[in-house]
Amino acid sequence: MGDRSINAFRISAVILLALTFVFLQAALGWPRQWLGAQVDLLPPLMVFTALRLGLGSILGLAFIGGLSLDALSLNPLGATPLPLCLIGLGLHLKRDQLLRDEVFAQTLLGLAAGAVAPLGTLLMILTAGASPLLGPGILWDLVVWMAGSAVATPLIFQLMRILEKALTYQPHSQPSFRPDREILRGRH
Amino acid sequence: MLTRKHFLGIVVAVVASLVLLALPTRLSLQVRSTLTNAFLPLFGLTRATHTVGEQLSLKLIPRSQLESEYVRLARENSQLRVQLATAAETARENRSLRALLGWKASTPWNLKLAQVILRDPANWWRAVQINLGSRDGVRLNATVLTPQGLVGRVASVGFDHAQVVLLGDPSCNVSAMVGTNERSAGIVGAASSLDSSMVEMTYLPRHADIPAGAPVHTSGLGGVFPKGILVGHVVDTQPVEYGLHLAARLRLSVNLSALEEVWVIVQ
Repeated sequence: MGDRSINAFRISAVILLALTFVFLQAALGWPRQWLGAQVDLLPPLMVFTALRLGLGSILGLAFIGGLSLDALSLNPLGATPLPLCLIGLGLHLKRDQLLRDEVFAQTLLGLAAGAVAPLGTLLMILTAGASPLLGPGILWDLVVWMAGSAVATPLIFQLMRILEKALTYQPHSQPSFRPDREILRGRH
Repeated sequence: MLTRKHFLGIVVAVVASLVLLALPTRLSLQVRSTLTNAFLPLFGLTRATHTVGEQLSLKLIPRSQLESEYVRLARENSQLRVQLATAAETARENRSLRALLGWKASTPWNLKLAQVILRDPANWWRAVQINLGSRDGVRLNATVLTPQGLVGRVASVGFDHAQVVLLGDPSCNVSAMVGTNERSAGIVGAASSLDSSMVEMTYLPRHADIPAGAPVHTSGLGGVFPKGILVGHVVDTQPVEYGLHLAARLRLSVNLSALEEVWVIVQ
């Protein structure tokens, strides 16, 4: 029951975070003005979901987050979920071979996801017959996406750890002291 | 290891994505509108935050600065009143001359002020969401502008919000002319991917005389944008496609990355 409630909490937190990230990407103009491109926060969230949660959460995040992003954007509806989903499934399958608790590994995975997800989405958009604004500037965008995702991934792991600690019941730890095994010294 | 569950997950994701991409335009717009409506409470929050921020910044301005600003605005107001009276007289004269010649009377613009509430989260589009929708009389392809010049056109309309594609987006092409010469007309197309304030104007006649700094206005051709709205100024020109025609780089008159309020021409 405890594990199930923690999982339910994690899944709801991930979905809420995805919606918040999509909204912030659309509402905050300053990253675009300062960096020249908007940071995409769904790929780092997908890295967390793939390494910590199950298949249902990966599909949920990919479709709810991806479709929300497509709805607020001029992207053809359905262009974002598939690349996100494939990244998530790929990482989920290899999660036991990855040092997922290491910040360095999280950063590297975020870096890779930050490049693959937008490029995959672009490929989907081009396949759907739309013509987005492409040119040499996309290289700088790629650098911003990768750097943003690399920084955001360990932060998301930290954030979820803090949230879990603050909002869920912590497992009751059994003290090692047992009164029936206590060695009593002196006269009794 | 790829289990049956994972394989099913991949199949579901691929099929669902393909179905979504192949949705008919109308259904796709409905789904998009429904999903956008999920963000309505956050739209309100953005607006409220913006208002509070503005009020706070007003409170921080010293009284002396507000007084000098008031004097400047009062002076500008009286100048504009004189200009308005002159323009009203010109409009009256224009109407009577049109009536004498039997020309169709031009329809005056019905403008509504809108706030920019969201920007396109993807980097490869130039689009914004505004807080006016079909309930405010906004229609598809309505022209969006600021006092500085043209901004773009409405690409999709929800009940209380609309999506505007900005100048420089590949889906926002504008028929425009350099100066007042209708023979030097061309198409203003996509922006440079490196500098969003620059756009390219193509299909200009190869012998057209286009000096740097010349203003470019909408030509009224194509039926989407009314004639005479400032688009930008010419930076330079060069012959393209083996000298068949000219292409000019334009600097847009509106700073599209700092848009906060826009005017929409409504019905």
